[in-house]
Amino acid sequence: MTAAITVPTTSSRPTARTVQTSVPVRDALRQITTLAWRALVKMRRNPEQLVDVTFMPVLFTVMFGLMFGGAISGSTAHYLPILIPGIIAMTTVTSCLAAGVQIREDMDKGVFDRFRSLPIARIAPLAGPMMADLARYAIASSVTITVGVIMGYRPGGGVLGVAAGIVLAVILGWSLAWIFLWIGTSARSVGAVQGMSMMVMFPLAFLSNAFVPVDTLPGWLQAVTRVNPVSHVVSALRDLMNDGAVTAQVGWALLGCAAVAAIFIPLAVRSYSRQV
Amino acid sequence: MTTQSLPQFGRSNGSSPSAIPAVEARSLTKRFGTNLAVDNIDLTVMEGEIFGVLGPNGAGKTTVLNMLATLLPIDGGEARIFGYDVRSQGHAVRQLIGVTGQFASVDENLTGRENLWMFGRLQGLSSKRAHSIADDLLAQFDLTEAAHRPISQFSGGMRRRLDLAASLITRPALIFLDEPTTGLDPRNRNQMWDTIRDLVAQGSTILLTTQYLDEADALAGRVAVIDRGRKVAEGTPGQLKTQIGTSSLRVQMSEAANTGAAVALAADLTSDTPVVSPTGSGFSVKLSDANQAADVLIALRNHGLDITNATVEQPSLDDVFFTLTGHESETPIPETEANKS
Ligand SMILES: Nc1ncnc2c1ncn2[C@@H]1O[C@H](COP(=O)(O)OP(=O)(O)OP(=O)(O)O)[C@@H](O)[C@H]1O
Ligand SMILES: [Mg+2]
Repeated sequence: MTAAITVPTTSSRPTARTVQTSVPVRDALRQITTLAWRALVKMRRNPEQLVDVTFMPVLFTVMFGLMFGGAISGSTAHYLPILIPGIIAMTTVTSCLAAGVQIREDMDKGVFDRFRSLPIARIAPLAGPMMADLARYAIASSVTITVGVIMGYRPGGGVLGVAAGIVLAVILGWSLAWIFLWIGTSARSVGAVQGMSMMVMFPLAFLSNAFVPVDTLPGWLQAVTRVNPVSHVVSALRDLMNDGAVTAQVGWALLGCAAVAAIFIPLAVRSYSRQV
Repeated sequence: MTTQSLPQFGRSNGSSPSAIPAVEARSLTKRFGTNLAVDNIDLTVMEGEIFGVLGPNGAGKTTVLNMLATLLPIDGGEARIFGYDVRSQGHAVRQLIGVTGQFASVDENLTGRENLWMFGRLQGLSSKRAHSIADDLLAQFDLTEAAHRPISQFSGGMRRRLDLAASLITRPALIFLDEPTTGLDPRNRNQMWDTIRDLVAQGSTILLTTQYLDEADALAGRVAVIDRGRKVAEGTPGQLKTQIGTSSLRVQMSEAANTGAAVALAADLTSDTPVVSPTGSGFSVKLSDANQAADVLIALRNHGLDITNATVEQPSLDDVFFTLTGHESETPIPETEANKS
């Protein structure tokens, strides 16, 4: 190239434009889907990011099935209807842990400075990747169910019950991810995000009815497991997948997820907006 | 200052610049812990001009720009962009500006074309239009061949150009450029300068930072010199030079051995102490009158001291900087090992 760069005249005089005071919902949705597209392209080009939603669920299902099966219910086959919903919840919780680490890494990159300088909805750079992550939760729960079926799990709820279970797991992942997103946008380094996320992830996954019957626990622990939304999701998953029944637990599970989202979306957006 | 009238956008008469400044900052201040990174800086940039913020490493240039671009909270003072308050009307401000930061702000995982498409979509273009503008910009910035390569395989100069292209998708009224030519080779640097002038010719206003004095001189209509967070001078490059008011004669000797004798002659004929060049093969001396240049050269000739080159130079902004801040600008050499050894 020898000639000088001529900038294309793509619009009229730069200042001859109107300024909006807020982002219309339609624009915000387009921004979110655009950024979800970006996250999906990233996932496709870095397939190693999918290890936690593919190999991990396989490992968990096989390991927990063989280890606890005999001890708790007498045999693996008996334990699977209790175990599989628990593992779905657990793999969902572990796979939304990555949301915090990813947003932290992303925010340290230059492209986030540009997002911040664009007139886009504040929530879009957070909600976009969150939308792409729905695919991760769907993969994680599908893998778990598939491995379960191979090991002898026969869901009584049939295809519909299982599909409803996967949808519920995706909803759980989406709402819990806001907790990790909040950690990711508040903590200073990837290491700190990882450490803090672990501290949140373990109680969420294990202080629940995911792997053991609650009535075997001491009283105070029972109280803790009862307020943990993961417990309600696990119960709802069991009802949906094993019995094909839409019970009150499903309602409690959805309510729990909604409560988590209602608390942590504003927190995450605020700490994200504050970031220097 | 009179009260600000409401911003008038979408006016039909496009030729006369608005009376509202593109940038108006009063007592802008930023503190990082105990470090006063920006200390009471006033800036006014009129629509249609190229305004340069000149300063050495750590002067606070990036911090000023980031505050004006809503990327950093303002600790003290106030700033308006086309009349919109940066603190309370950030969303309006972001619709009027394009920002090319000091460090590349494009997505490493995407190709050049995908990046531009994404930024176009984010700013409300249809998918088709975003693609066509992306292709136009890639062609204009000589990146067509690299359009489908991931950014991680781009050279530094290519990234820089893509970065600027990404700021121009919606033709913002005010463009912030943080050290736009750092890391570019001379040819690309000149092209970047032409691009910047072109943008202004088409109606944009530019606020750029630079640590290159010649760049501010070549591009900017007005310059603010900042040092350690303070504004130490402001004016046209010409005004700043007249503050120093002297030109200088630079002479290159054929034989370095003659430099001493030549310097002695020059010292007699001018009222300045000549400075020997770092290699010892020449010197420069300040002139209070341009005719002194002839005096010195004639004297050298008469003494049989051959020269290979002689130039009379206008005072550079380097001189200005030295006079204003009392210390050398650290610009040309990175501060690290380069000075030692
Ligand atoms: N995020 C930050 N936290 C703490 N201090 C900061 C931060 N950003 C900048 N500083 C400090 O503020 C001062 C001004 O920095 P700034 O980046 O604005 O300088 P600059 O003029 O852009 O320099 P350069 O030419 O090196 O880009 C420096 O002393 C720097 O150390
Ligand atoms: Mg800087």
